[in-house]
Amino acid sequence: MTLRAEEIVCPTEAGLYCAPGDFHIDPLRPVARALVTHGHSDHARPGHGAVMATRQTLDIMAIRYGEEFTASRQIAEGPVRIGDVTVSFHPAGHVLGSAQILITPDSGPRILISGDYCRTPNPCCQAWEPVACDIFITEATFGLPVFRHPDPLAEAGRLIASMAEFPERPHLVGAYALGKAQRVIALARAAGHLAPIAIHGALKRLCDYHIEQGIDLGPLVPATDPGEAQLVLAPPSAFASPWVQRFRDPVLSYASGWMTVRARARQRGVELPLVISDHVDWPQLTQTIRDLGPEEVWITHGTEDGLLRWCEMNGIPARPLRLIGYEDEPE
Amino acid sequence: MKAFARLLERLAFTPGRNAKLTILAHYFQTTPDPDRGYAASVLTGELDLRQVSPSLLKRLAADRVDEQLFRLSYDFVGDLAETISLLWPGEASGPNAEVSVTEAVTLMNETGKLALPGVIADLLDRLTPPERLALLKLATGNLRVGVSARLARTALAMGTPRSVDEVEEIWHGLTPPYLPLFHWLEGGDPPAPAEAPFRPVMLSTPVTPGELAAFDPTDYLAEWKWDGIRVQAVAEGQNRRLYTRTGEEIGAAFPEIIAAMDFEGAVDGELLIRRGGEVAPFADLQRRLGRKAVSAKMRETHPAALRLYDILTWQGEDLRPLPLDQRRARLEAAVFNPHRIDLSPLLPFRTWDDLASLRAAPHEPVIEGVMIKRRDSAYIAGRPRGPWFKWKRDPMVVDAVLLYAQAGHGKRSGFYSDFTFGLWDGADLVPVGKAYFGFTDEELRELDRFVRKHTVQRFGPVRQLAPALVVEVAFEGLNASPRHKSGLAMRFPRISRIRWDKPAAEADRLETLRAML
Repeated sequence: MTLRAEEIVCPTEAGLYCAPGDFHIDPLRPVARALVTHGHSDHARPGHGAVMATRQTLDIMAIRYGEEFTASRQIAEGPVRIGDVTVSFHPAGHVLGSAQILITPDSGPRILISGDYCRTPNPCCQAWEPVACDIFITEATFGLPVFRHPDPLAEAGRLIASMAEFPERPHLVGAYALGKAQRVIALARAAGHLAPIAIHGALKRLCDYHIEQGIDLGPLVPATDPGEAQLVLAPPSAFASPWVQRFRDPVLSYASGWMTVRARARQRGVELPLVISDHVDWPQLTQTIRDLGPEEVWITHGTEDGLLRWCEMNGIPARPLRLIGYEDEPE
Repeated sequence: MKAFARLLERLAFTPGRNAKLTILAHYFQTTPDPDRGYAASVLTGELDLRQVSPSLLKRLAADRVDEQLFRLSYDFVGDLAETISLLWPGEASGPNAEVSVTEAVTLMNETGKLALPGVIADLLDRLTPPERLALLKLATGNLRVGVSARLARTALAMGTPRSVDEVEEIWHGLTPPYLPLFHWLEGGDPPAPAEAPFRPVMLSTPVTPGELAAFDPTDYLAEWKWDGIRVQAVAEGQNRRLYTRTGEEIGAAFPEIIAAMDFEGAVDGELLIRRGGEVAPFADLQRRLGRKAVSAKMRETHPAALRLYDILTWQGEDLRPLPLDQRRARLEAAVFNPHRIDLSPLLPFRTWDDLASLRAAPHEPVIEGVMIKRRDSAYIAGRPRGPWFKWKRDPMVVDAVLLYAQAGHGKRSGFYSDFTFGLWDGADLVPVGKAYFGFTDEELRELDRFVRKHTVQRFGPVRQLAPALVVEVAFEGLNASPRHKSGLAMRFPRISRIRWDKPAAEADRLETLRAML
């Protein structure tokens, strides 16, 4: 029997649900069986009966939530049969371990759930791969034409230039603990900053895990004892805490795709906004839809109105799922 | 333009004055002539570029971008120039991609009004997004980088053998791109001295009654603090110039003042709108500010006048080293055009309490407090602490209820930051004003959360709120206003305190506000 797309995947309050396979994708609340695209806390939550994800995403969930984060785990390798569908995981280029999930029914449209994804090369994770599909379920975090992320290496260059212009001021870069922090470190290295980099305690275990996975981050020291380190990374929430008081006249910086918009940077009180994103920007987002040529586009979350308009202009059927609970770009 | 765009971006995000100076000085030291000179002229507001209107920019964008995508983007970004710079299609490339500040400025100055949109579109095609923003900020004359002309001149002097005061005294003899200035700053010969130059002004610091008690009243003179703008009127040789306290020349907007400056010297005073003997409120003066030229009708309905309180030079003699007592005597002995220029009277007082009573009940609403100046003070540039004090009138306050909120644009886009508040009139709440500031960034976030939780209805971008939060609103004055439903208009209202503790029913009543009129 041929299934319609809506019968294979539908939005529910707990997130996307696949009825013929009886599992949720990136569920927002505890469920019996979860398939998880990547380790960011709004997608990967603890408390599910069973979790299937890439080995690295499972490792990351165990680091964040403890080994007991789920009753049973399954590493996603190759196509796997679940109920009446076949699922497979494909690199998404977003953060270490991130994947897109393809659901193939025996008869009916193939559905690709992008999770969060990025097509800019990133030394910290496997590159995004195009996956043929009929229904493309995409995020639209940066779903407006104003979002054209600059070359991330040039952004790292701005950071290095500022450190040279203000050699006596520590530069504190706010970066999410999973992915963004390691990416900023790798970019700073690529831009020629070889000195030790200080990291906030909240970043340590995930940095260690990246190093274990063979990603070269260079010398790291704890921010509580930074020595001569002029570059310091911390989760952005640390900027509002007394932790930041140990640094004298710091330059506060923040690495995020939102830094494109000045008002966003000002709201954060950032002195050096760095436009470094783990998400597709507008040209990549629209190019991906062109490349995949799906019959329909479903949009999970983000600034979907812009992408909906673009799909309309390009004659591609599209609809918003308006899933609530995924952050724009998490911290 | 790349370095200039980077400069503007760094300045826009750098709050610290010293850090701004470092960035500026570095730019001036590493940028070649004539680009650095044109950049300096833009930062000091000296360059008169042909201005482009927001509607023209919108039309330019409409030719290139889908209208709906543009509107969504503009709503999100909140700033027109920024939106266009970000979504202007295409990447800068090709041999033409490098545009210097000099080229951009020259093109914009030499292009006629009709051809200007095409020239700007061509430039946008050749630039990267940060450069586009810099160009559009130039074109709209709205840099918003938090750099005063004085700060820019301070940066010019940094790392050179010259001081900023030296730069300011010659500044008004110079024109962009200031090649002789840079030559002089780098150790060369000085440029020709300016005619009728600006003299850096002396400023006051705030004072409290407690602090005053430590001083002997007989050591001080006192005057009203007028609610106009501080100006320096300089008539030397053939030149007559009217400067603001930051050294911007505004004479062109006040030709009747220039015409009345039939003296030889430099005097310090307040620019006011005066009809007969009566000084008009600041709002009237505001209508004449920021203009390049002024209509005959405006000169008639809003006549400007000078009220002097100090004298810096007179007939070639520099009086600034003299004590204030003696300068005041010289000022009183000098003769000025009686129609346009008079003196700010000295206030009679023996004790600080005398002065406090005068301050509490000024005879004209346009007085915003008193100035207290040491009799023996020389005229010193800057804001020395001690010789001159300002003792402003206390603001008026009411406790009002938040009624509506609207998200801010620019810095606050995405935050509900613009509030309409009201007072009780019988059982109803009547809107009495709007306030956009007074709160901290942390309070802004709390207010934003409050708005989102207490919205009862939406009218487009405006949210109507459940009448649940009381704010203390401070304001500087109150006028009767038939245009407002309440019949009252506050001057300079701001939220001085958020009264999370106070029930809405206990907010003030409209009668209370009316009684303050």
